[in-house]
Order: sequence, then C-alpha cells, then structure tokens
Amino acid sequence: MSDNATIPRPLINSDAPQGTPLIQSPFTSLWSPINGFFEWFGELGIFVWQVMRAAVRRPFEGRELIRQLDEVGSKSLPLVALAGAAIGAVLALESRYSLIRFGAKSMLPAAIVFSIVHETGPVVTGLVVSGRVGAGIGAELGSMKVTEQIDAIEASGVNPYKLLAFTRILACILMLPLLTLAADFCGVVTGWVATTLAEPLSLRLFMHAGFGGTSFSDFLAPTFRTAVFGLIIGVIACFQGMRSQGGTEGVGRSATSSVVLSSLFVILADVVLVKMILVFFP
Amino acid sequence: MMSLHQAVALRAPDNGHHRAIEDTHAEPAGPAMVLQGLHKSFGAQAVLRGVNLTVGNGKTLAVLGRSGTGKSVLLKLIVGLQKPDAGSILVHGQEVTTSNVEAMNEIRKTMGFLFQHAALYDSLTVEENVAFPLRRHTKMTASERGDRVKELLASVGMERDLKKMPSDISGGMQKRVGLARALALEPSILLLDEPTAGLDPITSREIDELILKLQEEHDVASIVVTHDLHSAKLIADRIILLHEGNAVIEGTFDELERSGDKFVAEFFKDS
Repeated sequence: MSDNATIPRPLINSDAPQGTPLIQSPFTSLWSPINGFFEWFGELGIFVWQVMRAAVRRPFEGRELIRQLDEVGSKSLPLVALAGAAIGAVLALESRYSLIRFGAKSMLPAAIVFSIVHETGPVVTGLVVSGRVGAGIGAELGSMKVTEQIDAIEASGVNPYKLLAFTRILACILMLPLLTLAADFCGVVTGWVATTLAEPLSLRLFMHAGFGGTSFSDFLAPTFRTAVFGLIIGVIACFQGMRSQGGTEGVGRSATSSVVLSSLFVILADVVLVKMILVFFP
Repeated sequence: MMSLHQAVALRAPDNGHHRAIEDTHAEPAGPAMVLQGLHKSFGAQAVLRGVNLTVGNGKTLAVLGRSGTGKSVLLKLIVGLQKPDAGSILVHGQEVTTSNVEAMNEIRKTMGFLFQHAALYDSLTVEENVAFPLRRHTKMTASERGDRVKELLASVGMERDLKKMPSDISGGMQKRVGLARALALEPSILLLDEPTAGLDPITSREIDELILKLQEEHDVASIVVTHDLHSAKLIADRIILLHEGNAVIEGTFDELERSGDKFVAEFFKDS
C-alpha cells in the first residue's frame, strides 16, 4: 500500500439517525402478549386486503387453481369420507340405545340423517380438512418463505398473494361444501349399515324415514356454511405460512399454528353460523 | 459445458425467438440505479444508515462488507422486497420506494435477481424454474420457450439437467440454474447476491466471465454482493465497502487496495 494512493470518495453520512433504543419497563412485558394479539389480527387484516386486491387483477391463475382444487379436494376425499363413515356408524350405534330407552326407535333414521347433515358432517369435514390441508399449506408456504422462494416469485414480477394465497383460499372455499356432501353421504350409508346390522331395515325405508321430514334448506345452509370454514382454513394457513420465519423450526411452527388456529376458528365460526342459520332458516 | 462466447452469443439480439420477449425496458438515459440516503432498521438494529450509491448502465458495482452489514438487504430494497425507512431508490429514473405493486412489477421485469441460496422453486424442475418468468411475462410458444430455456441452461452448463428437481442437484448447480433464471427476461439490471459462493473455482471464473460479457455486450448494469475479492477485482468497475450501516469507501479495486483507512486495509489484507 503506498502513501500517495488515490483518495477514494468518503461516503459516511455523519447525520445518519441512530437506532432507537428499546424502552424496557414492566408495562412492556405485561402488555406484550396483548400487543401480539392485536398485532396478529392487524397483520391478518392487511394480508386479507392484499389477497383481495390481488384477486381482482389479471391473470387469474387458472392452472394453479386447478392444481389446488386437486390438492385440497381429491386428496382430502378419502380421509373425509372415512371420517364421515365412522361418524355415521358411531351415531347409529350410540343413538339406537338412547332412542330405544325413550321408546323412539322409529326416529333413528331421522336422528342419524339430521345429526349428520346439520352438524356432524360439516364440522367433522371442517376439522379434518383444517388438519390435513391447513398443515400442508402452512408447511409448504412456510418452507417457501424461509428458503426465499416467495421472495423470488415477487422479485420476478409475479404477485405471490395471488399465485400462492388466493388460489389456495379459493380452492378451500370451493371444495369444502363438496367434501361435506361426500362425508354426509358416507355417514348416512354407514349409519344405515350399522342400523341394519342391529335390526334389518331396507335402505329405501331408512332413506324414506330419514329424509321424510327434511326440506332442501335443511341441506343447503349447513352444507354451504362449510364454504366459510374453507375461507377460514385457507386464510389462516396461507397467512401463517407466508409470515413464517426462523428456518425449519419456523416451518414447523407455521404448520402447527395453521392447524391449531384454523381448527379453533372453525369451531368458533360454527357456533356463530349455527345461530345465524337458525335465525335466517328457522 | 458450452463456452462462454457461445453462451453469450445466445443472447444476441438477432436470435429469432428473443423477439417474443416483450420490450419491458426502454433504453435508459441516466444511470441505471441511484440510491440516496437509504436507511433500514430491523427493530432497534439499524442495518443501513444513509447509504448512497450510483450504478451506470453497463457498469458493475461490487458490494463488500462483513457478514450482517446489510449487503443482501440493500439488494432486497432495490428490488422492492423490503421498504426502506428513509431514502430514495431510482431504477432507470423510476422511484421504487413509492411505486405501487403494478408499477413495481414492471420495474422488476427489467431486473434479474440471483438469491444467495438460489431460491429455486422446489416443486418445479430445473427446466420449469427457468421457464417460470418466460411463461409469466412473454408470449412465447411452448417450443420457443423450450429452446430459450435450453439456451439459458447451456449458458451456465446445466443443459443436461433439465428434468432434475432442485433437490437432486448440488448447491453450486442450483446457483447456476438461479443465474439462468435471472437472465431469462434479458434484464438490463442484474442483482447478484454472492453469485460465486459455494462454486468450484472453475465455475466461479466462468460465472464471473459471463457477468463481464453481459456487461460489455449488453450494457447490463450489475450490483454484485460478494465476499470473493478475486471475483470483485475481475468483474467490478467500482467497489463499495459497507461497514456499520454506511458505505465507508467507494472506488476501484486498486484504489481501495491502496487506501490508508485501517478497516479497508484490514479487509483487503489478503487480496
């Protein structure tokens, strides 16, 4: 190194602001969980707004939507059908003895159908899908986030809120009612099988007794409320995945929190929606 | 591997299907990038404290500095992945910090970004990764796109691995595919985050020479974040050294090497 070296241009900004020191007080630690709670909802609101803004702009990501419909719908079908079938059989076995005790055995088909279609089918489908799909989306997007794949999508001029989030949310909204119908169908069929194994009853008679007193609105509102479950599962799982941080541990946390939070919000939404259905479809 | 001369020739304007790439970047008049007074903090930690830099068309600026001094953050601010707390970023005269999503996406089409760990889409094959920006932003037919992808992959020596998944190739190979993806839309600006890290010396030199060719023949302006002093010496017109959130010095490699500043001298001790 020589003394007569060219003097390079100094670039230090003496007026640069310094980092703000953290204010540590008992109130900080006391209020931080509450702050975190409101911060989470605030970030969720911003996320939903960004997804909605992205959703109405071209292109509409048809290819990715079809892929997600397959991922959410077709691949969840076996598990949902099995869960529905198991619930139908259990309901038939449990209800039978209760109804015999109260002398209302003839009500068994109607009790099974009503219970499955109104409550058990939608809720079981919502919880099964929040487990399978919520964890899958949370882990997939979380992994993409921590490996900078989502940044790479954004850096290439593609909106990740549309390509990744909106397609998954829409797939959940569209597929949940169809999966619920599948769960209901399997539940009613295994309900009949369990009933007829205990005391032979023709399928025709079972269906007639089960569906005799029901109207179309009895199916419509409970089934379509699962579209709201789908919205909740899709939004929560995508949000948790896309805000993932902290390497593989962060991905694990995203997957777990996606399942826990989406299941929790599905149950809470169920309470609210049941009340609303009772008000609007008495 | 295809020679670099062949590789760069593939980017020549008379190559037929290159015409299918939309002309998203008008010929710039001023500098390619001008950054003024950039500040960025994460919580209480101030990462950048008023960084200024300018990169002319066809020029390459290497950004050096110790780990954690905000070199990668600088690139992410330019491409709009993060927002600065204060300061201005002009890309071909357009302000990045105040652009909306649509305007930002148009600016991004003029840039190629190579991430530190390549950031290949792990659900797509090597071929699909490189085709991704072409599929999204050009009107190429499938056959044109396929040819273009093969050419790009050949330019980085990955033409035999089209159908492999990112998990089936090494880190160095992933970086080469990432570079091919960054070049797909013929960007006028390249942002390269440690392009030679994890590569063998031969491939590193080839990548360096590829960057030089792009700079010479296509006026590509580049910012290269690197720890590799040999690479910086070879490819950079100017070098900037970040320390404690500030650009402490800017100059040519020789100028920095001769600097009397203690920190700069320490940094260039082994060059």
